Amino acid sequence: MIAARQLLTALSSALVISAATCTVAMAQKAYDAGASDTEIRIGNIMPYSGPASAYGVIGRTEAAYFKMLNEQGGINGRKVTFISYDDGYSPAKTVEQARKLVESDNVLLIFNSLGTSTNAAIRKYMNEKQVPQLFVASGSSKWNDPKDYPWTMGWQPSYQDEARVYAKYIMKHKPDAKVGVLYQNDDFGKDYLKGLKAAFADKAVMIVAEEAYETSEPTIDNRIVKLKASGADTLISITTPKFAAQAIKKAAEIAWTPLQILTDVSASVGGVMQPAGFENSQGVLSAAYLKDAADPQWDKDPGMQKFLSFLRTHYPEGNRFDGATVFGYAAAQTMAKVLEMCGDDLTHANVMKQAASLKDFAPDTLLPGITINTSPTDFAPIKQLQLMRFKGEKWELFGDIMSASLGH
Amino acid sequence: MSAAEEVVTEAPAVEAVPKRAMTLGYGTSLAVLAALILIPLFVKNFIIFQMTMLLIYGLAVLALNILTGGSGQFSLGQSAFYAVGAYTSAILMEHAGMNYALTLPIAGLICFGFGFLFGQPALRLSGVYLALATFALATAMPQLLKLGYFEHWTGGVQGLVVTKPDAPFGLPMGQDMWLYYFTLAVSIAIYVASVNLLRSRSGRAFMAIRDNEIAASAMGVDVALYKTLAFGVSAGITGVAGGLGAIAVQFVAPDGYTITLAISLFLGMVVGGVGWLPGSIVGSAFIIFVPNIAESISKGLSGAVFGVLLFLVIFLVPHGARQVAIVAQQLIAKLKKN
Repeated sequence: MIAARQLLTALSSALVISAATCTVAMAQKAYDAGASDTEIRIGNIMPYSGPASAYGVIGRTEAAYFKMLNEQGGINGRKVTFISYDDGYSPAKTVEQARKLVESDNVLLIFNSLGTSTNAAIRKYMNEKQVPQLFVASGSSKWNDPKDYPWTMGWQPSYQDEARVYAKYIMKHKPDAKVGVLYQNDDFGKDYLKGLKAAFADKAVMIVAEEAYETSEPTIDNRIVKLKASGADTLISITTPKFAAQAIKKAAEIAWTPLQILTDVSASVGGVMQPAGFENSQGVLSAAYLKDAADPQWDKDPGMQKFLSFLRTHYPEGNRFDGATVFGYAAAQTMAKVLEMCGDDLTHANVMKQAASLKDFAPDTLLPGITINTSPTDFAPIKQLQLMRFKGEKWELFGDIMSASLGH
Repeated sequence: MSAAEEVVTEAPAVEAVPKRAMTLGYGTSLAVLAALILIPLFVKNFIIFQMTMLLIYGLAVLALNILTGGSGQFSLGQSAFYAVGAYTSAILMEHAGMNYALTLPIAGLICFGFGFLFGQPALRLSGVYLALATFALATAMPQLLKLGYFEHWTGGVQGLVVTKPDAPFGLPMGQDMWLYYFTLAVSIAIYVASVNLLRSRSGRAFMAIRDNEIAASAMGVDVALYKTLAFGVSAGITGVAGGLGAIAVQFVAPDGYTITLAISLFLGMVVGGVGWLPGSIVGSAFIIFVPNIAESISKGLSGAVFGVLLFLVIFLVPHGARQVAIVAQQLIAKLKKN
């Protein structure tokens, strides 16, 4: 009996030992610069000053989000240090700040830096250094290029994806449309136009007129008049808010009533539809992937309630009607999810690996049904959008969630 | 009284001509040079990069200093010349596969031509009107770079990515360090040439025009030629700086060369001391580091903090770094006497 018991003890202790060694092997911690047992350092670059300073709200929202996470115990027990610098939207300054983050602050990765040319300026550097440049805050389609730039990944639907959704809608519901395009003469407008033409493919003849405007123009009235004269019966308005409102208003003034499609960039009730006049904006189409915090239909939505309580407790100066807060919240949540998935292996390589294996992740402020999916060959986290029509004083979502990648 | 003349009253020509007033003393120059050569050996790559940018902006400020401090003409359009230089280097390197070092003189020559030509119509303007004309150039440039006709070369709104050169002859140093020393060599050459230019016959002609155009032409100075020449030289140096900037940043895009850059350079010149060439590097340090300091004080109000700091500088030392240098010199002289 005693012998048996001794044997049992010996056996069980052997088991314990082997189990212990096993866990040690399993939980082997691996860190690159910027991560430790207690801390994860994340870098970020935002235009807090300069022409695009309105977007600085995104960085502030993210800072507040990580502060909240830290108060709740951090990610896998590690506190997140969010270091955000200002580049004033100037690419040369972005390079300086990125190098400061990587070489001086030793961050694990750079997250959600804003702007197309600013991020393009540091893309090569980040890939040479093999430091992740995650969830770039720009709608350019070039961030989805895992073969040439395996350390860079986008986040939001690209302009080209969005353009494809509209093209699909037009070809299906208005196959004989004559499309007039008004676009802003910069990377945003041109990338969009490119996507639109690619989506129409052999039906590109449907585009009967294109008008480009410069942001320095005080008014675009004459462009609208020209588009009307071209005989177009569908207007795609690739514009930023101020010009979007002008376009809607002018079309109404000259009694032109085409089917109007407005980019997501300008689908703001307070910033565009109201100044353009609700009576002029009825029936305008657009697409969205984020919930609009100004829309009462989300008041009972659990995700929206979480977002609103975050605003109340951790970012009281944040404006719920500003789409940038909704955006920053969802992006920060995606980042936190990836870091959580990394577990104790906080190396550059594993961060990229986990970022490229997101499956059906749904941040609180994304539209229901839209999820984040990535793979080693797919670096475009959000690819879905839902169409919406302006009715009364708000947007009404309709139809299914549309994916840009399915069919042409 | 035009703005140009106001500057003149504060910086009498007599002071600009003697060697000492325009440059640093021999000993000080050597000390600064030694610091510039030695510091990179002991700091991180990121700091080396910042120092490279310091030299590059220093060159651009120096160029403006020759134009404004030397010939008394204003320019808010330096960002346009800087952009042309940057694009010239980038296009030659990426499309024609040319060696980076060879692209710089070409960038300089093209910008010289561009500046010289721009100087022709600008001849009819002076003071604030000239400033406005150059301002127009600066606002137009980013849009010109986006034009569809040039898109094949400029990359349009997407810009161009530039490859950073390795150190030649198998020298055991990183890309950043090599580029720094390369930039330093170019900067010293241009600085020495500029000092000599201002001390030469042409330089005296510039300053005569600055001080009094009518008197200068009465003395036989070809006012039109020297005014456009000053524009050309200034644009040429700015172009070289732009080319170096493109190589250091490894990227050119229209967004990088907006009017903000031109204003920064102008600011750098004022802070460094108008007409005092060594001040250029102080001015350059101001426009690179003070925004960072302002940001570390307050993220939301960085612009306002920067404004306050700038205001303090202008209020306390209206003649910029030159004033500080002169005070320091007097102090040292006093100490020596005692």
